[in-house]
Amino acid sequence: MNEKNILIVRCGEVALKGLNKPYFERMLVERIKKVLKGFDEIEVTRNEGLIFVRAGKNHDLDKIINAVSRVFGVASISPAVEAPSDLEKIGEAAVDFMLDLIEKKCVKTFKVDAKRADKSFPVLSPDIARIIGGKVLIGCKVLKVDVHNPDALLFVDVRRDKSYIYEQKVSGFGGLPLGTNGKGLVLLSGGIDSPVAAWMMAKRGMLLEALHFHSYPYTSERAQEKVEDLAKIVAGYSGGFKLHVINLLPIQEAIVEHCPEEETTILVRRFMMKIAEKVALERNCMMLITGENLGQVASQTAEALVVTDDAVKMPVMRPLIAMDKVEIMDRAKEIGTFETSIKPYEDCCTVFLPKHPKTKPKLHEILESEARLDASGLIEKVMESRQIISIYEK
Amino acid sequence: MLPRFFRRKGVILIYLDNSGTTRQYGEVTAEMRRVMENDFGNPSSLHRLGLSAEKLVRKARKEVAESLGATEEEIVFTSGGTESDNMAIFGVAYSRRRSGNKIITVKTEHPAVLESCRRLERDGFQVVYLSVDRGGLVDLEQLKNEMDSQTVLISVMHVNNEVGTLQPVEEIFRLKQEWNKTHNRDILMHVDGVQSYGKFDLKNISAELISVSGHKVHGPKGIGALYIKKGINIDPMLVGGGQEGGKRSGTENVPAIAGFGVAASVINRERGKTAKEMGELKERLAVGIQEQVRDVRFNGPNGQETSPSILNVSFLGIRGEVLLHSLEQEEIYVSTGSACASNKKGQSHVLKAMGLKNDEIEGAIRFSLGAFNTREEIDVTIDKLAAIIVKMRRLGSFR
Repeated sequence: MNEKNILIVRCGEVALKGLNKPYFERMLVERIKKVLKGFDEIEVTRNEGLIFVRAGKNHDLDKIINAVSRVFGVASISPAVEAPSDLEKIGEAAVDFMLDLIEKKCVKTFKVDAKRADKSFPVLSPDIARIIGGKVLIGCKVLKVDVHNPDALLFVDVRRDKSYIYEQKVSGFGGLPLGTNGKGLVLLSGGIDSPVAAWMMAKRGMLLEALHFHSYPYTSERAQEKVEDLAKIVAGYSGGFKLHVINLLPIQEAIVEHCPEEETTILVRRFMMKIAEKVALERNCMMLITGENLGQVASQTAEALVVTDDAVKMPVMRPLIAMDKVEIMDRAKEIGTFETSIKPYEDCCTVFLPKHPKTKPKLHEILESEARLDASGLIEKVMESRQIISIYEK
Repeated sequence: MLPRFFRRKGVILIYLDNSGTTRQYGEVTAEMRRVMENDFGNPSSLHRLGLSAEKLVRKARKEVAESLGATEEEIVFTSGGTESDNMAIFGVAYSRRRSGNKIITVKTEHPAVLESCRRLERDGFQVVYLSVDRGGLVDLEQLKNEMDSQTVLISVMHVNNEVGTLQPVEEIFRLKQEWNKTHNRDILMHVDGVQSYGKFDLKNISAELISVSGHKVHGPKGIGALYIKKGINIDPMLVGGGQEGGKRSGTENVPAIAGFGVAASVINRERGKTAKEMGELKERLAVGIQEQVRDVRFNGPNGQETSPSILNVSFLGIRGEVLLHSLEQEEIYVSTGSACASNKKGQSHVLKAMGLKNDEIEGAIRFSLGAFNTREEIDVTIDKLAAIIVKMRRLGSFR
């Protein structure tokens, strides 16, 4: 048996990149090294389009697989054994591998699927499968071949210097390695949607920074703690980032005092976007990210989105825009933010909620109302309340 | 002695959430520290260290017993008010299952009682939740009608934790005894005394079971007691090494018990004086609010004696949670009648049972006093409160 546990990591979409492929692969290797830095003596190497992780047998392999499966850009992972590229040796390793599976998973039938990455290998793939299958049948008396519905599908991957045998494929999330697609500022509310939006953009390789608005004393300090908890969960995928926290109350108060009640929500949204753009520019973020979703609430109707969008020049990414709420919730559950998101603390969006918010606001009307306020003065004022919190990945 | 004002991170704060929990007396903390450092023995151990720990437990038990007008054998140390309530209700219900399966309690009880009763309902018991009037006082006529041959327990709290209503527990006990006598039955009574302990003299409570807690009387958290009248046997909830006379197994929490003992000794020494001072402060607060703030409702019974430590006020048109955080900004700490105004689930079951309207429930704030509070704190609170309310009412919040 091998001295170390070996994982074959497949890169999915990264593999489609043309000339930039080495760059993407390098970023992916760096990221995998980073998520595994808590384990000692880990080797991460690239070889012929695959990434190999070698870990000491003292580590819990499931934990390592779990950590790697969360790295964006990873399509799938297989625990494998390594053998010299020699049919005799591969056969021996395959027998050991199957004996182990028989013990652990009560496997009774199998099938071999072989491929040659090294086309100069003198035996054709179907023949490799046949030969290794024969050796396994002799080595493991209890096994039978079943080509249609085997308990275990034994993969044999013959490469130039070494060959690999594996059975299981653990899916990753796919996507692209972090840091390959700029940096975006996400507006993180504490609800279900915005952490999912942040996660989806990070999955496409975007680095994050986050902004949270509160309305203390109208919202509680627990609400902010909840947002920090959510940010930490997201950081488990996206790497650590900075969370900016700003008290929006002075702006909400000014709007309530000077503007029509039914326009409150949309006006507040515009101010949020303007502040976000300001923070984004200062922090070298090229885009804003929101959890907005067409038609979900009054401030997210098509008309309202037009008015909100008008507030800033910077592109606004809305990755959830066409998803259904159920799909968003399922994704939130999958990534682990759901349980935290549904804790019942008020966020700044539910404070000063008008009884009948405008669902079809007209831009010129909203701009007229906004003109009654000293926008830049107010924004400067709330920026003074900003705290910057470092969120670390666990 | 600790100074009466409390400084945290360099800021003096005004703590008016003593029904939630209290700040420990300095002598309680000192005794606990001494015990942790010197008397770490297990009271069950045969050696000298064990004996020393046992003596500490006995000493504390004596103080707690005295504060409840009980003998030492009648006191069982528990992990706090919740366990005491659970133990009383489950203990009586299961050990008397053969005599009957009905329990009578009140809608405004603490969740530790209500949830125990709900669990019993799932287990085939019948529970009657008595109604209360607008002041939170229990309906005695309904109680009289509900007592029957199946009834084994009546559980009524002495002082309500949210509004401070004082239930007529002695009158209830008398009614129960009368019924027992005429019908030759043996209904027991449990009184949740967690909020009245240290404020009222519990020596004169005749009920067979009384729950008290350490941390509501400037003692430690994680410790409480259940008084079980001599001759009453109830099934234990925790079994094992047979500690606490077999009624509550588990190695004794010696430091907390010792700390609780010190707090009980303060009650035995100073309860009358402390309660009188608290009552004066509460009156001062109520008068101040009445004079300086418009549109308020004082929740609780009119013209009847209530707890000297609890004042529940509804500020109409204001959301309690927002007022709480606004006071918090001024370093004044209070509690609300509902956790989160945006969902009805968070509304106080007590205020609802009293028939308060929605805006009265949403605007409810509980001020609760402790032994450390001063007149100056009350005066500052009234001033700050009045200013905040004016500002909030001007702004409104659309709800």
